[in-house]
Amino acid sequence: MDLMRLTAVELGKKIKASEVSVMEATKACLDRIHALESEYNCFVTVDEEGALKQAEEIQKRIDAGELTGPLAGVPVAIKDNMCIEGMLTTCSSKILSNFVPTYTATAVQCLRDAGAVIIGKTNMDEFAMGSTTETSYYGITKNPWDTNRVPGGSSGGSAAAVAAEEVPYALGSDTGGSIRQPAGFCGVTGIKPTYGRVSRYGLIAYGSSLDQIGPLAKDVTDCATILDAICKHDDKDSTSYKDAADDFTSALVDDVKGMKIGIPRDYFAEGIDEDVKNSVLQAAKVLEARGAIVEEFDLGMVEYAIPAYYIIASAEASSNLERFDGVKYGYRTDKFTDLHNMYKKTRSEGFGPEVKRRIMLGSFVLSSGYYDAYYVKALKTKALIKKAFDDAFAKYDVILGPVAPTTALKVGESLSDPIKMYLGDIYTVSVNLAGLPGISLPCGYDKDGMPIGLQLLGQTFDEKSIIRAAYAYECTREYKRPAQLEERGL
Amino acid sequence: MTITDETIDYVGILAKLELSGEEKEQAKKDMSNMLEYVGKLDELDTDNVEAMSHAFPVRNVFREDNVTNGDDRENLLKNAPEQKDGCYKVPKTFD
Repeated sequence: MDLMRLTAVELGKKIKASEVSVMEATKACLDRIHALESEYNCFVTVDEEGALKQAEEIQKRIDAGELTGPLAGVPVAIKDNMCIEGMLTTCSSKILSNFVPTYTATAVQCLRDAGAVIIGKTNMDEFAMGSTTETSYYGITKNPWDTNRVPGGSSGGSAAAVAAEEVPYALGSDTGGSIRQPAGFCGVTGIKPTYGRVSRYGLIAYGSSLDQIGPLAKDVTDCATILDAICKHDDKDSTSYKDAADDFTSALVDDVKGMKIGIPRDYFAEGIDEDVKNSVLQAAKVLEARGAIVEEFDLGMVEYAIPAYYIIASAEASSNLERFDGVKYGYRTDKFTDLHNMYKKTRSEGFGPEVKRRIMLGSFVLSSGYYDAYYVKALKTKALIKKAFDDAFAKYDVILGPVAPTTALKVGESLSDPIKMYLGDIYTVSVNLAGLPGISLPCGYDKDGMPIGLQLLGQTFDEKSIIRAAYAYECTREYKRPAQLEERGL
Repeated sequence: MTITDETIDYVGILAKLELSGEEKEQAKKDMSNMLEYVGKLDELDTDNVEAMSHAFPVRNVFREDNVTNGDDRENLLKNAPEQKDGCYKVPKTFD
């Protein structure tokens, strides 16, 4: 039996039934990581020693009946922008190349409490700024479906690690699509929960009003089970929702009869790949055949989401990243003349080009004379986008569309033209602006065999509708692994 | 909108970034392209729209002013690039 083919919940059941030990599960992950990491580079840090130690302790607690949940003993990988006490946390940046946090992010602690074995930290775009995982200081991550292609981003390491079966599941974060788009590009399932569902305490901030932690896994059942574990109110995050906890697995029902699903016509207007369009519309037909009421409508505001997003996200980033100044932690330049020179040189040497580009843009749109014209204008646009979604959710339970206009791009194709790269975020960024939950799951393959992602959106705090629709759709399909794994005899 | 050298230098001060000559030229180009692109928002009539900072109503969260975190000085200082006498050490700021 190949343990790495199992979903997190399947593996958890075998551990609970003592068919598999936590140590066996942990070693299976490490073996797979040893076999593939030199090529895929999904991880910045693999904590082999720590994982083996955790495996022993967690097995004892399972045997003693202290840990009984579905994720007890199941290994996990964490995106490298979540702090874990005592474990290197780099945000895939040079400026945090030596940062070892003194505390653990609440979402990670929730998983620890559920008995997760933390295997290591996954690669990402530097400070989560990018859609390809190519802006990492620690090298690019390859897509396990085709190593000439990017895994998407910014949670590309998490998505690729799950697709390559290096871990059963991973945590990512999503500021403008950073969970959903790489999930789509790597043929796995990911959820961006409603803003406020998962505590941001210990998540290194990029755009604080947009950032949200969520799961990446092989299927919808895993994602709902992980949400059950990580969604809870947290006093340490003042934007944490008071009723954040919920029973998400109760929505795993194979029934969409009477569910109202809207397809925004404006998502299929131009620039969308024909294979992506056909697969997504085919998925809608499948749900319709299962009893959902599916209709097309005009969402509106679609073309304004990316400009508003990049103003707001860059503004927040420029403010959030002020803290990296070479004083309290992280990289400090070797040679400097005075304090301000030290700040400037540290930051200029420590940040990569995409991060600098966004800090510059953010500083500009917040500067006096431009604040109203750009930043306030973007916040007003955000209000109009939210209203467009509110109008849509007055009519529909779920909105169905693509995750991205294309499948995974070739390595090196995107970085030369930033605006072109940003346009790939057209279907994901508005969800963060409006604070909505969204799920991405595989719905087909393009002519080159690359996975296509289906995106389902729900009204704020209505994760259950999208989980139910996604689960019902998934029940009609088989999970498909990257062909490369077979070719490697895995 | 054309971005001048003065603007890039000013934004560099705000952003605490020191850009090389080449980086400055690139930044001028990137920022000008990006501002032209986001200028699309000018098409929208937002005169009677209130700016939305959070997608749904959130209120200030208050708590009693009790210290709950312990003294973690030693651990925190382990991450400091330079430290002295239990404090962060920074370059001289005045004579």
